[in-house]
Amino acid sequence: MPEPHSPAISQPANGGVRVVLRGVRRRFATGVEAIAGLDLDLAAGSFVALLGPSGCGKSTLLRLVAGLDRADAGEVSVGDGTTRPSIAYVFQDPHLMPWRRNLDNVALPLELAGVPVAERHEKAREALRMVDLADAADRYPGELSGGMRMRASLARALVIRPRLLLLDEPFAALDELTRHRLDDQLRALWIELGMTVLFVTHAIGEAAYLAERAVVFSRRPARIVADRTLDLPRERSFSLRADPAFAREERALYEALVRGEAA
Amino acid sequence: MAQPAPSRLGAVLAPLLALAAILAVWEGLTRALAVPAYLLPPPSAVLAAAAHDAGALASGALMTGRAALIGFLMSAVFGALAAIALGSSRLLEKAFYPYTIFLQTVPIVAIAPLLVLWFGPGLRAVAVSAFIVSVFPVIANTLAGLRSVDPGLRDLFRLYGAGRFATLVKLSIPSAVPSIVTGLRVASGLAVIGTIVGEFVAGFSEDSAGLGILVLSSYRQLRTDLLFAAVLTAAALGLALFGAVNLVGALLLRRWHPSEQNR
Repeated sequence: MPEPHSPAISQPANGGVRVVLRGVRRRFATGVEAIAGLDLDLAAGSFVALLGPSGCGKSTLLRLVAGLDRADAGEVSVGDGTTRPSIAYVFQDPHLMPWRRNLDNVALPLELAGVPVAERHEKAREALRMVDLADAADRYPGELSGGMRMRASLARALVIRPRLLLLDEPFAALDELTRHRLDDQLRALWIELGMTVLFVTHAIGEAAYLAERAVVFSRRPARIVADRTLDLPRERSFSLRADPAFAREERALYEALVRGEAA
Repeated sequence: MAQPAPSRLGAVLAPLLALAAILAVWEGLTRALAVPAYLLPPPSAVLAAAAHDAGALASGALMTGRAALIGFLMSAVFGALAAIALGSSRLLEKAFYPYTIFLQTVPIVAIAPLLVLWFGPGLRAVAVSAFIVSVFPVIANTLAGLRSVDPGLRDLFRLYGAGRFATLVKLSIPSAVPSIVTGLRVASGLAVIGTIVGEFVAGFSEDSAGLGILVLSSYRQLRTDLLFAAVLTAAALGLALFGAVNLVGALLLRRWHPSEQNR
């Protein structure tokens, strides 16, 4: 993905993009209504968690934003609408190509964009460094742990320096400790790179810990039952999880989820 | 990898011991019951015939091996290409796939005379017979492999703007390699069978008088010991081809595919 002004790593990147959804509807051929009229406005560079029960249409929303699926009605706009900004997507499973070593897995988006091999390998190494996986560049996905695979998947998303990063329950299958570590890493990368992040999860604690703003969805068809700016410090660490402010946010999100279930 | 050395030795020794036991019982029973040699010769007689007619067996094996290899390679190339063509379009697949099944169901013995009419008796007709018998598993398995691409990776390729050709070359074909190897394994044994059948009908020229012809001539002379030797040589050829395919498959897949790991 060619970028107009390629940023240095330390620089807060070329920034995130604004994402706007207006009156979005999506009904599948099976008749299932996933999303029935949704409005959402994500500020450029914000970190937003989408919280909702399993199967509520969160993933559908993410696919609509990514352009992998089309809305039946309404409008999805990413960025200023003139040029297609670079969007990266991280799935719940790593989805690495098992026949490629990590370096070439991470370099894939650049390869598809026609970036020469030396340049894309250099950028892929840098992306692997960002997720502390520099040592595993020449190893194959089958030789890695689940957490390392997920980090490789994250590196592949970051290698294009996305202006919008979409994550669909990316750490849900990992053990608690690995998940916390990756949460910290993701949060640090967001602060460093400054892209807009839309993070789908069904874990209340994770949403509260990661995001600046949490949007809580109801059961299908997805409606917004709560939209909350989290009153938490910018720097977050493990001790925050025991903080009363954190507990208050968690409780508010919990109550919203329960309301959404009942609705 | 986790296998300790003794059991690896056992994997070689056990079938050898079983073979020795079967041969001993066979030898013992044919002698004890005084079975006429033209009905069932003892292994020692088969061995003696093999030594006596080593020249005929060797040249037969060379002819049969060559025709089988040509037929097999034709299957590998045309089978894989045909599957890629069928896999690239639903319409093509719908239109032509039913007729590839025809290749599977056609009685090769019945159409072998046709091959003689078309290609003349000799190597070409025999190799085409091997091809017809062995191509279907290549087509079917390759097609199944092309259809089994990880949907997450497919989405990723779309998201990063990959064209049809890039998706085929970088995603679909590599995904299909394990299935293609499976198809080639099946095809390797079938190619030798198709060659023998082809020789029965078309193997009457100098360049095609292989083991099938040796089987026919020893049958007419009631030289059952030589017949056995020829059949076993043909089976060994099939095994050798199968082993070669396995070796290539193992080399291709060893770094990443579960079927070739922990062996």
